[in-house]
Amino acid sequence: MNTLDLKKKAVQLRKNTWQLIYNHKNGHTGSCLSCADILVALYYGVMNQTLDNLNDPDIDTYIQSKGHAVEIWYEILADKGYIKQEDLDNGYSTFNTPFIGHPTTEIKGMEFHTGSLGHGLGLGVGVALASKMNHSKKRTFVLMGDGEQAEGSIWEAAMAAGNYNLDNLIAIVDHNELQISGTTNTVMRSNPLTDKYRAFGWDVQEVNGNDVEALVEILSKENNTNKPRVIIAHTVKGKGVSFAENRADWHHKIPTEEEYQKALKEFDAQMEALENE
Amino acid sequence: MNNTDTKLTANAVIAETLDKATATDPDLLVVTCDSRGSAGLNAFTNAHPDRTIEMGIAEQNAVTVAAGMAHEGKHPFVFSPAPFLSMRSIEQVKVDVAFNKNNVKLIGISGGNSYTWLGNTHHSLNDVAITRAIPDLEVYQPCDKYQVKALFKYLLTSDKPAYVRVGKRKLDNVYHEDFEFVPGKATTIREGKDICLISTGEMLYFTLEAAKNLSELGIEAEVVDLGSIKPLDTEKIAELAQRFDHLVTVEEHDVINGIGAAVATEVAKYAYAKLDILGFPDEPAIQGSQDDVFHYYGLDAEGITNSVKNILSK
Repeated sequence: MNTLDLKKKAVQLRKNTWQLIYNHKNGHTGSCLSCADILVALYYGVMNQTLDNLNDPDIDTYIQSKGHAVEIWYEILADKGYIKQEDLDNGYSTFNTPFIGHPTTEIKGMEFHTGSLGHGLGLGVGVALASKMNHSKKRTFVLMGDGEQAEGSIWEAAMAAGNYNLDNLIAIVDHNELQISGTTNTVMRSNPLTDKYRAFGWDVQEVNGNDVEALVEILSKENNTNKPRVIIAHTVKGKGVSFAENRADWHHKIPTEEEYQKALKEFDAQMEALENE
Repeated sequence: MNNTDTKLTANAVIAETLDKATATDPDLLVVTCDSRGSAGLNAFTNAHPDRTIEMGIAEQNAVTVAAGMAHEGKHPFVFSPAPFLSMRSIEQVKVDVAFNKNNVKLIGISGGNSYTWLGNTHHSLNDVAITRAIPDLEVYQPCDKYQVKALFKYLLTSDKPAYVRVGKRKLDNVYHEDFEFVPGKATTIREGKDICLISTGEMLYFTLEAAKNLSELGIEAEVVDLGSIKPLDTEKIAELAQRFDHLVTVEEHDVINGIGAAVATEVAKYAYAKLDILGFPDEPAIQGSQDDVFHYYGLDAEGITNSVKNILSK
């Protein structure tokens, strides 16, 4: 997929996510919009995973540690045909549904139940370690939040990944500097993340996490360092909706009808601009 | 039932059983938390460095990483002192192992009061309570070398997550070489008509000794082994609750929510059966050698005998 198509895909999926959350009055709006470009880069530009090869041991694995941003992931899996769009649109957050507010293994393509923060990196370490033992070519991608960096279990996992030189593990921090109660610097200062991961034996890269072209480039880059790689992706929480950007209260806020319509117009304008490029 | 042959620790039997299993299971792994020595695994890890994943003093991560490896088809056995494995990592056990249905075997070593004077930070008198409340997690507490061996044979072929608690001491022998472990099966190891004593793990031997003492006093106690705490043999407990007027559980565990509570849930369905729960009181345990502590709480053969006498004389 070329860069323009990736950008369009990101706008389309943001819009779908916005609609899903509005229609069901449930979801992590700002968090999904923040990491949309990261997921688009992974699913359409980086990972070799498709519906047909999911069980192949050499195929890349994606683990979403910041499980609450699940609606954008659902939309991607629906777009890629892993799940039916209709099932998602009708079933999300209904009684006895598999489409809940956190990733679940009941959904094809979601390999782990996550949601409790601070688990994904350790799971990724386990998958990456076993992949090495199994002589598998699998790469393991783990998406974390920046508020989540306060969980001690992340640093246990980070230490183990460095200790075992897991160069087949790629962690991404969705670094929008906001969490539910405010900025990550006021709630619990995790910065500087770069120095911390470097000290734990990681290859550290930084990128504009809302630039899908830059994301594809850095996520595809071969790792010759013999170290696990972390990508600190500088993002904007609520990206793509002017009045939700950089606002902590949009973490899981549901748009009003007026806000809903206003954002749809913004998405359409973004799409039109891309089509005129 | 009481054999006179060599006594072994659970750890020694586990290490030998896993060592043999490496010949047939290419995916078997041992995950340690700076606990190889305490788990009696030095010989195993020296012989099988490629089967050993050292996670350092990080029990939460050890459990999560094991879950990730199990997801990729590995068969990890995580060894850590029972107090840390069952409490520090319990959320990882709930989410990454049990809820995600990852085939991880959690081996809580030096369980119960085994660490004696190391104190209450190192005792695990709540592990059964917390692990048996987690869906899709099996819970076992074997009593002797034959049961340990048979249990691990089962664990090596089962694809279900499980927590196993073992202690430190050389185990008295209860069963014989031909013992076969069946999950969810409680076993009568001594028949009796006057009262039913249900126990598990190292306490089972003391319970058997108490039954012998009681027999000399003309009280015939049935003794039942509840090594499989979850799945629970509810049918057997129902049968016992209907056959006996009095039941007593004996465990190296807080009296809250251990095997006594598991049995009580079933016994409560039969209002005429009376149940007493013997265990550690709900307080920080007194410090001392295991034998002295068991004696203090009435959990040695003498204490159990006296409790039963009191119960029957009421």
